[in-house]
Amino acid sequence: MREKPVIRFERFVLDNGLRVIAAHDPAAPVVAVNLWYNVGSRNEREGRTGFAHLFEHMMFQGSQHVPENAHFALIEKVGGSLNGSTWLDRTNYFETLPSHHLELGLWLESDRLGWLLPAMTQEKLDNQRDVVKNERRWRVDNQPYGDWDEQIQEMMYPPDHPYHHSVIGSMADLDAATLEDVEAFFRTYYTPNNAVLTVAGDFDPAALPALVDRYFGEIPPGPPIPPLPGRTQLDPLLGEEIRRVVEQDVALPRVYTAYRIPPYGDSAFHAAAVAAHMLGEGKGSLLYRRLIRTGLAQDVVAYAFPIVVGAAILVTWTTAMPGVDVNVLETALLDAIGELRTASDADVTRAVRMLEASRLRDLQRLDERADTLSMFTMLFDEPDRINTEIERIRAVTTKDIRSFAERYFGENNRGVLQYLPRPS
Amino acid sequence: MSGRSIPVVGPPGLVRTPPYVRTQLAGGLTVVAVPRHDLPLVDLQLIVPAGAVRNLRATAGLASMTAEMLDEGTKVRTAIELSEAIDLLGADLDIRVTWDATLAGMHVLSPRLEEALRLLAEMLLEPTFPEEELERKREERLNALRQDRDEPRAVAARTLARAVFGDHPYGVPIHGLEDSVRRLQRDAIEADYRMHFSGSRAFLVVAGDIDVDALFRLADELFGGWSRPSQDIATPPLPEARRRRIVLVDRPGAPQSEVRFGHFGPARNTELYFPLIVANTVLGGSFKSRLNMRLREEKGYTYGASSAFGFRKYAGAFSGGTAVFTDVTDDTIRITLEELQKIAEQGATVEEVERARQYLAYGFARNLEMTSDLVSALSDVVLYELPDDYLDRYSGNVLSVGVDDVRAAARACFDPEHVAIAVVGDRARIEGPLEKLGMPLEVWEVE
Repeated sequence: MREKPVIRFERFVLDNGLRVIAAHDPAAPVVAVNLWYNVGSRNEREGRTGFAHLFEHMMFQGSQHVPENAHFALIEKVGGSLNGSTWLDRTNYFETLPSHHLELGLWLESDRLGWLLPAMTQEKLDNQRDVVKNERRWRVDNQPYGDWDEQIQEMMYPPDHPYHHSVIGSMADLDAATLEDVEAFFRTYYTPNNAVLTVAGDFDPAALPALVDRYFGEIPPGPPIPPLPGRTQLDPLLGEEIRRVVEQDVALPRVYTAYRIPPYGDSAFHAAAVAAHMLGEGKGSLLYRRLIRTGLAQDVVAYAFPIVVGAAILVTWTTAMPGVDVNVLETALLDAIGELRTASDADVTRAVRMLEASRLRDLQRLDERADTLSMFTMLFDEPDRINTEIERIRAVTTKDIRSFAERYFGENNRGVLQYLPRPS
Repeated sequence: MSGRSIPVVGPPGLVRTPPYVRTQLAGGLTVVAVPRHDLPLVDLQLIVPAGAVRNLRATAGLASMTAEMLDEGTKVRTAIELSEAIDLLGADLDIRVTWDATLAGMHVLSPRLEEALRLLAEMLLEPTFPEEELERKREERLNALRQDRDEPRAVAARTLARAVFGDHPYGVPIHGLEDSVRRLQRDAIEADYRMHFSGSRAFLVVAGDIDVDALFRLADELFGGWSRPSQDIATPPLPEARRRRIVLVDRPGAPQSEVRFGHFGPARNTELYFPLIVANTVLGGSFKSRLNMRLREEKGYTYGASSAFGFRKYAGAFSGGTAVFTDVTDDTIRITLEELQKIAEQGATVEEVERARQYLAYGFARNLEMTSDLVSALSDVVLYELPDDYLDRYSGNVLSVGVDDVRAAARACFDPEHVAIAVVGDRARIEGPLEKLGMPLEVWEVE
């Protein structure tokens, strides 16, 4: 069996500091262009939660040489796909194009990095503010349990930590955003020296450096990036159990648990990723066996957030079957998580194999490949992790899982969030 | 702006659909294999052409329960033993039902393909439908249906289907209704399985890091004898199309209204397929579509608006929708109907058709990137009896659609007079404005 995936790539840096990864693969006449900016909701100042995401929307509203609404139109017209997303640590922008349209992608991405502000207007801001507020209503306010990430982040991170608030932000803060904020945010964070560009797929590798330089080379570097606001250092453990109960218009109670774990990038994080799979992936997983097979729960999820500032979190949730008392469900959930302390070899092997298969599957997609290369370059300056990550996961042993569980899955390190149906 | 003008473009590259091999086993099973060796992965799917369209209202949910019970126990393994065996292979097993087929898919590293296929055969050929697992699944499903009542999107989709298709199978959720799920019997499930699951009609599609000859031998060993007479599926005719109306489901205090619209659509084998997907790309099938541009980019009412044809074997559906803030619910419906009327009467402009054609034709390569994409595209080819060179000809077929074709297809298939509109939102705030839209308004309870 082949030991690891082999994604080949070259890397180079433009004079203005833009880091570029070029991963050539001519299998299909398709090319992926992916940009990561080292800015996310963690960089938002007080009173401007949700701004990084609102700003992402502004990046699609045209720039000096790209008319309003032309960004989507030009890419869709040639059969490409595109999007952007904002998370705690980063904002990314990406398009997949027929390979003969690679330059279109480079032109669009460079124009909004170099020439965004001349095209910015109050009207565009007001319109996208409305779109984002609708996104919040749709994702959060009109969804059962829709505010769980806001609640968990508030519980697990102190008020002065950049992860204390969620990506979507508050309606009031979105309302408060001004054109001056847009300009300042752009000048601070949207600079070539704060970005990574990955091009993956079918292109001429010899010609690429000159091509990238032609579109991005004249953009001047920006000033040094300011440090993250607030406190970024955290104790490795929470030191207590934090509990919250939320009454909402939901039919069934749901229990979330969150544990503080080492940040993504720490060697211990791989054990967390395997532990999350042991808990929640597949019908053989611990939570499935203990909660669903027994008729206590409707669904189970476990996920280790790959985030890097101070500490990450591992979150699980489960929704009660009707008639099941929320506290009975919580106890069963905590007991199942506790079983990781005596994890079996079979359970560890199962989880590692599932992770392996799903990681490899992701790499089949050019856009995932490009995004993963950008991520490893941005977060760790180590793009080759795309090839070595699987070995790190395979190296996780039963003993690692047991000691990880012993250290991190205790009462003094967890948040527990219960959703209860609002009494009528 | 000389240095920053839009780049000049060279000629497009060729989309090369990977070649595939097709064979039929002695028992009747058709096997389609697509070798591709860049990563040590295999995706496979077994397709039994027995879908949820065989559900009657009284037995709604039967087809999907039969499917979901396949991995709940076999002659040699209990449910737990099965799930442990699957997980230990690192294999994803995904069993689901569409209107037209039961699909059992697996994703596995290539060295573990043989074990995975053996497990799949065991589940498909020797299921035992244990009573206690059925009871557990029944509880799970009843609970999921109850939860759906709180999900405005689920309520909206279900309300629209009922408004368009009434008591026809398409009008009832694939997973059934609380009443029908409560009544599902083990014997009925077993009989349903015996009646519809047979190798003589089924297909196995495999793509990835495989040795084709070895695969055919293994498939023959495992599925060669899988054959029994199975029944044709009788599909009831569609009801008569109802006149345009709004169906409102109250969700007191909701900050947003979920709006859906839809009517009947053509079957998958319609000759209008290519002009229709171009027409829908213009109306609601892309970011730059008319609906999204007007409701999101012009008005800022929503995060997104879209529409799609659901092509099915016997007859299809056309539907679309959006979620908008409460106070603009009526204007959203007004705009939606305006756009539907306009495209039905006038079709699309040359520029729009050109853009939609390119979007679909050149975007097609992206739809075949992963081995799972290949499996799902070829599954459609075999299930819907499309030509063998369908994938290779797809882009050419799209690019040859003209403005006149789009206008004719839009006229034939968009039907603003018979559109049903489902709204899930705060009745107290929207009922008055909706009444002023000048069409019948019915208020429904959540089923």
